[in-house]
Amino acid sequence: MTEADPFVPLPYRVGRVRRETRDITTLELAPVTGVRPDYRPGQFNMLYAFGIGEVAISVSGDPAVPGGYVHTVRDVGAVSGAIAKLKAGAMLGLRGPYGTPWPVEAAEGNDVVFVAGGLGLAPLRPAIYRVLARRERYGRVVLLYGTRSPPDILFRQELERWRRRLDVEVLVTVDRADAEWRGNVGVVPKLIARAGFDPNGAVAMVCGPEVMMRFTANALHASGLALDHIYLSMERNMKCAIGLCGHCQFGPDFVCKDGPVMRYDRIADILTVREI
Amino acid sequence: MAGGEPPIGTQAMLSLDGLRALIEALAERGYQVLGPTVRDGAIVYDEVAKLADLPSGWTDQQDAGRYRLERRTDNALFGYAVGPQSWRRFLHPPIERMWRAHRTEDGFAIDATAVEAEPSKFAFLGVRACEIHAIAIQDKVLVEGPYVDTGYQRRRRDNFLVAVNCGQAGGTCFCASMNTGPKVDAGFDLALTELLDESDHRFLIEVGSVAGAEVLSALRHHAASPEDIAAADAVVARTAGSMGRVLDTKGLKELLQSNPTHPRWDDVAARCLSCANCTMVCPTCFCTTVEDHSDLTGQTAERVRRWDSCFTADFSWIHGGSVRPETKSRYRQWITHKLASWIDQFGTSGCVGCGRCVTWCPVGIDITVEAAAIRATPATSTETDHGRT
Amino acid sequence: MEGLERIVLAHPFFAGLEAELGPVVSGCARNHRFNPGQYLAHEGDPADEFFLIRHGKVALEILPPGQSPVVFSTEGEGDIVGTSWLVPPYRWRFDARAVELTRAIGIDARCLRDKCEADPRLGYEMMKRIAPILEGRLGDMRLQMLDVYGERAR
Repeated sequence: MTEADPFVPLPYRVGRVRRETRDITTLELAPVTGVRPDYRPGQFNMLYAFGIGEVAISVSGDPAVPGGYVHTVRDVGAVSGAIAKLKAGAMLGLRGPYGTPWPVEAAEGNDVVFVAGGLGLAPLRPAIYRVLARRERYGRVVLLYGTRSPPDILFRQELERWRRRLDVEVLVTVDRADAEWRGNVGVVPKLIARAGFDPNGAVAMVCGPEVMMRFTANALHASGLALDHIYLSMERNMKCAIGLCGHCQFGPDFVCKDGPVMRYDRIADILTVREI
Repeated sequence: MAGGEPPIGTQAMLSLDGLRALIEALAERGYQVLGPTVRDGAIVYDEVAKLADLPSGWTDQQDAGRYRLERRTDNALFGYAVGPQSWRRFLHPPIERMWRAHRTEDGFAIDATAVEAEPSKFAFLGVRACEIHAIAIQDKVLVEGPYVDTGYQRRRRDNFLVAVNCGQAGGTCFCASMNTGPKVDAGFDLALTELLDESDHRFLIEVGSVAGAEVLSALRHHAASPEDIAAADAVVARTAGSMGRVLDTKGLKELLQSNPTHPRWDDVAARCLSCANCTMVCPTCFCTTVEDHSDLTGQTAERVRRWDSCFTADFSWIHGGSVRPETKSRYRQWITHKLASWIDQFGTSGCVGCGRCVTWCPVGIDITVEAAAIRATPATSTETDHGRT
Repeated sequence: MEGLERIVLAHPFFAGLEAELGPVVSGCARNHRFNPGQYLAHEGDPADEFFLIRHGKVALEILPPGQSPVVFSTEGEGDIVGTSWLVPPYRWRFDARAVELTRAIGIDARCLRDKCEADPRLGYEMMKRIAPILEGRLGDMRLQMLDVYGERAR
């Protein structure tokens, strides 16, 4: 096989590991040899746990930081569970980066609305870093984040840090809470009406469970955003990540190479077709 | 024999003995010669060393859910349509080890090169027009996209294709509808048309490539007469006129893509066993899955790639469940991909009209019938999904 | 225009209300201020008032016996709290608690109901303003009920 064989993972070593929530872990990964390729916010890697398998995980780190990748993994199965349990110094295999990026450059000059649900904040985080690093190029920047309950809030310190900035509007809501919680309760689309942005020209980047994205895209459109200014990050079964295995087909698209970031107007019709 | 090599497009006549010599000439040139043989009551592509390995005097009776080999009244060597297998079996094998890995002191190492088999130089004998198109379609999918399937590319390299113009259409054939046959038009090294009557058994042979010209120049042959050429044309014309099935492709892509909630999907789901046979026999289906294994001690691991099928529950699994739990959505995915979204993805239909999916469906579901049923009663707007809140 | 009427008509709920209906509606209104921890309403009490939140935050909660209260929604600036006043038997079906200092306009429900009965044009106007809110909340509740961030069976 040639050196560039896209099927062969490259060795990466786990650096710092951070337990984010009960079942979500963030790992820093550094290439054992060579340098990490450049990646764009929204792209993903295939992470391989020795002898167990491979899973597609979006990059969650800051693309401006050289060295390695940062991935945030939720323990939902054998492979993601094994990866989430890796300790500093452990090795894993990595193929990537793959997929389409968030339209951070295309959004320049406009208001930007990030809408994240649950773990969906992780694939959006590189785009948030990128936009904040070039803050002067954008209009208003809004981050709306919804998750299940207060202990499930991901990247809490970062959310608080961003909220302290005077040039970012951060609104957080949870689906359920007890009376101790002083923040918002309700679904994330409900925050759209509360956020201050100009729907005319605003670009929305939405990531979360598919139903949450459907509801959110509808609410964004109802608030005045153009369909082609709304972007979703889709998820489907992936084996190869390079358009050769057929698993991730979503209508005419392959989520691995035509996605994961897809423009809403191009997928709105099939998004509501059952079992597509 | 004239000196020099015959130009591409040359048509010549080859005797039965010339065909024997062709097989030997390919073997002498280092090719693994694979062609039709009879095994377990079917035409199976396997190694061919001599004329006697070929299915002399056999034909196939095919219909939806039915395949039978029967004796012919003559000794035709290519007197059948297509068997269950296609050349995909060799170019894109059902099981392939991608790499091995082993534990090391500080982690593990992946050893990709140890897996690489000695590359075979395949010569395929008896490739039908639909199959040439199927190979071209898999080339598009696996080699001509942004990422290359390196294993496929390696196995595809230096193939020698001896095509055969079909002497008869199978009961489930519809290549004429898909513009993929029955006459081979490109993508071959040599193409044969079998000419057989009481007195003579010979082949019109056409040169399709420089490699083909070189091989033909080593064989005893003579120029084809206008009568020979007319006879070969008649064979193909007769085949074209006797297709077992018809598929109306006009507007088919839009038709299928605009009917995701057609009641016909329920109808076909009531018959479909979700057995995946159609995808296993299809010469263009390319879907695969990977399996990661380790030994009991956890010291070594490997990744194996296998053919997969959109008819399995695992195929569309995302944590928590299958995106397509129901048979109707799996069938819809398969036929819509094959006949419609394939065009979006690769600029060509994914169907070559070989009829295998029809023949080898255990309950006789017929892609041409299902497509026609959707066309007959396209869904009205009241039948579209109103899922968006 | 009186001060209270101006405040009432400035709330998004009454945005664009016909000028002549302004005094009719604000005739049923009064101003409220709730300190954190104070309740706007209690489950089971007569729903004789509903609230237009001007600012602050109100938690809508239900107390399952033996548990701490479950907050199923918070409402803030521009939102309304209370729809049970629309339908018999006109009783609150949850507790509404101010999470932070909250200013609100209270609308006397009986007053407004009577005016709606007397003037169907006002009644229809109110329905057109409340129905989208109910529809939106129903959709939100569905999404919430799906528990999309919860664990799924493996």
